[in-house]
Amino acid sequence: MTETALASKLRAIVGERYYREDMEARVAHSYDGTPMLQALPDGVVYPSSTAEVAAVMKVLAEHRVPLVSRGSGSNLCGGTVPLEGGIVMVMHRMNRILEVDLENLTATVQPGLITAEFIAHIESLGLFYPPDPSSMRISTIGGNIAECSGGLRGLKYGTTKDYVIGLEAVLASGEIIRTGGKLMKDVAGYDLTKLLVGSEGTLAIITEATLKLVPPPRAKKTMLAMYRDLYGAARTVSRIIEARIIPATLEFMDNPTIRVVDDFAKLGLPLDMEAILLIEQDGDPEAVERDIALIEEICIAERADRVQVAADREEAERLLTARRSAFTALARLRPTTILEDATVPRSKIADMVLRINEIARKYNVTIATFGHAGDGNLHPTATTDARDHDEVHRVEQAFAEIFEASIELGGTITGEHGVGIVKAPYLEWKVGTAGLDMMKGIKQAFDPHRLLNPGKLFAKETRKRVVLHHE
Amino acid sequence: MSSQTFGKPDIEHANPLARTMLKKLDYDQLTNCMRCGFCLPACPTFRETGVEPESPRGRIALMKAVVDGVMEPDQAFEDQMNHCLGCRACEPVCPADVKYGQLIEQTRDAIEDHAQHGAVVKGTRKLFFRGIFPHQSRMKLLGKSLRLYQKSGLQKVARGTGVMKLFPAHMREMEQILPEAASKGVVERLGERYPAKGERIATVALFRGCIMDVLFADTNVNTVKLLSEAGFDVVIPKAQGCCGALHAHSGEMDQARELARVNVKAFMDAGVDYIVSNAGGCGALLVEYDHLLHEDESWAADAAWFAKRVVDISTILVEKGRVPAFAEAAAEGAVPEAVASIGASATITYQDSCHLRNVMKGSVAPRKLMKSVAGAQFCEMRESDRCCGSAGIYNVTQPEMAGQILEHKMEHANATGAQYLLTSNPGCLLQMKLGIDKHGRGGDMKAMHIVDYLYERIATPGGEA
Repeated sequence: MTETALASKLRAIVGERYYREDMEARVAHSYDGTPMLQALPDGVVYPSSTAEVAAVMKVLAEHRVPLVSRGSGSNLCGGTVPLEGGIVMVMHRMNRILEVDLENLTATVQPGLITAEFIAHIESLGLFYPPDPSSMRISTIGGNIAECSGGLRGLKYGTTKDYVIGLEAVLASGEIIRTGGKLMKDVAGYDLTKLLVGSEGTLAIITEATLKLVPPPRAKKTMLAMYRDLYGAARTVSRIIEARIIPATLEFMDNPTIRVVDDFAKLGLPLDMEAILLIEQDGDPEAVERDIALIEEICIAERADRVQVAADREEAERLLTARRSAFTALARLRPTTILEDATVPRSKIADMVLRINEIARKYNVTIATFGHAGDGNLHPTATTDARDHDEVHRVEQAFAEIFEASIELGGTITGEHGVGIVKAPYLEWKVGTAGLDMMKGIKQAFDPHRLLNPGKLFAKETRKRVVLHHE
Repeated sequence: MSSQTFGKPDIEHANPLARTMLKKLDYDQLTNCMRCGFCLPACPTFRETGVEPESPRGRIALMKAVVDGVMEPDQAFEDQMNHCLGCRACEPVCPADVKYGQLIEQTRDAIEDHAQHGAVVKGTRKLFFRGIFPHQSRMKLLGKSLRLYQKSGLQKVARGTGVMKLFPAHMREMEQILPEAASKGVVERLGERYPAKGERIATVALFRGCIMDVLFADTNVNTVKLLSEAGFDVVIPKAQGCCGALHAHSGEMDQARELARVNVKAFMDAGVDYIVSNAGGCGALLVEYDHLLHEDESWAADAAWFAKRVVDISTILVEKGRVPAFAEAAAEGAVPEAVASIGASATITYQDSCHLRNVMKGSVAPRKLMKSVAGAQFCEMRESDRCCGSAGIYNVTQPEMAGQILEHKMEHANATGAQYLLTSNPGCLLQMKLGIDKHGRGGDMKAMHIVDYLYERIATPGGEA
């Protein structure tokens, strides 16, 4: 692409400064948080309003140039790597909280708003927005919506999809649609709001979102249970749920994870344990006390070596920080860190952890596992070096087998990171041929010319399934 | 930690700068950046601009793109590398422990190797980096000329006649806030040794710094006296010179290493327990002398000895010293007994020195000391951990960005209502003075080095306690 009619049209819309096609801008938007993926866009555009987004999209549609919309580029599925070039649209300038409606308990925000800044504002008003992905200090609300981000509180409070009740979005044609609204009930036709949440920028560009807020819990307690036996920890998770307790968070870390997190955050975690469960309950004070006491009993019955209830909020926050930094702390082991999010029904947690360990041994790779055990969402994380092609190949094989194992246990290939590029070859394993065709049909209806984030979700070909040794 | 290591890409670059960068940059560090983006909210230039190339992740991606041969390093690339403040706020928040500070210095070093400076810039760089900073006697001479300029009435004439208008606005502003240059440095005033009051805890050496000893000689004197009050014998080795930080940050690595060797030798000869710095910018390079000289076999061990002993003044006071009691009223000559009963008569706030905080990890001790001052209330300003825009000589080389950052900084400083805005580094102190001048609330806020503030408020001298 040369300095063309396209560039001057885009500059006319957003202004000289906000459309760039110099190498600096192109290189700096050629990647996201996913390892080993990079592709240069042809240009980068920074719109400041829905009208500008719509005008840009109209021009791109006319020129048949693809577009990748993105926030901070912290996703882990290659979702914002511009595989087929085209234009990257950065939403950072659209970062305002447009309204907090205290009567309806909703907030209306622009997509470029940083998640943590939004949460801080909402909490200052005495309200609560539960989705809390580990990258929340940098991720944007728009990015969270595109990927349907989860977080530590998913088990009890659900994920992003449970809080998005209305959207404004720009279609591939440049037309603007509004879905849902400040409505807790709305069955007027297909639920396009929920369809767009988690659509990874392949169906439309989200330009505004109305989010549901909830009253914050009155009390919160945090505890740790430590196990010398990995399976004791995994069984504890199932027992807690069986006892009709839904904790606010129920997080799991295995030994390699414990070691790196402690080294990073200097928390004095016990390094001789095989697993730690981080458990948090919130709600009315009496109920919280009762639940925590019951959970403590279960932990001891499942032979926890140590059970420790955080003395105060400060200690609890430190423990949560530990879990939040797990992914990135693992990066200290080796240069390249590949984090996946295979998810199983929570009753299958113990089986899944066992299978991951077996698979890691089989391929002779290092995989540390932590995750949101309460909702079955594990993060098997391989530490490797992108320059070691042989090992990287074995890591890929191991992950393919982990996905297979997950599906076999009734799980999925991705719980919260999205399909993007990384898991596109496996999507058919989960949704089946008819399911995949249906998804392609939806894509076709929204984006007939394949302009929005092309090359994501749908792979050129599905990977051959691994034949598992025990079948 | 990998059992196996992998080298650099096997590329023959046509571009000379790319070739030098391939040679000089630590490719493992480039690979270690996993692009999680956690550094973005910590980066002042990203916060100001909101664009990815102005972030640590973006800059590392650009460096790697050059080294990998994805892009040719053009003028925009060089400008972007110079746009970084070097505050290193990205390092403590980096989970992967990427040594960004080293990468940016290696890149600037490579850029400097190929720089096509005009005659004036070349001459000025050479004059300051090689001709003046390394030579304490010449720094003194420069100080004397500055003093002559200030004292002779020339300064008044210059300001009055509008000669200063010939200089760019940011230079004019800096000229206004420059403190009076001292004719005598700390050694000339106190000698090379200064004994502890009361029982000696340890023997420490003062790192006096080149600019500190000319523009802030009083602070050096107060540092020595404060150390003495807290129970330290103080030695000020005369052979020491400039730390080399301004050189290292500006891509003059060889010169920085040369200066480091001089200092390592000077302080080893003095044989002290600790080497005390009162300038975060200097201290941060001093604690990294081990890294700076790690490839130099004959110096590596001595440099490690040196680096291990470097400590900031506030930290050594809090962790090792007998901290005297401080009181706000003491400055006005109130009797110590009366001090305890008075309420807060002053509010103080603090601007972190980035290098003290992010590299020397010294953010706790200054706050402990400030909170211990009777009659004063410490009020934390919003984003006190964020760079003020001074960043060595950044405010001279990148005035626009520095000015923008400073304006935001002063909004937060003003909001505290403090009478005293304290810092731990000469560059930050000058920048805070400039900030008060430009965006302050008038005459009721004063910027001071924390040492001067504390020394003037000693209520019960340690030795007499």
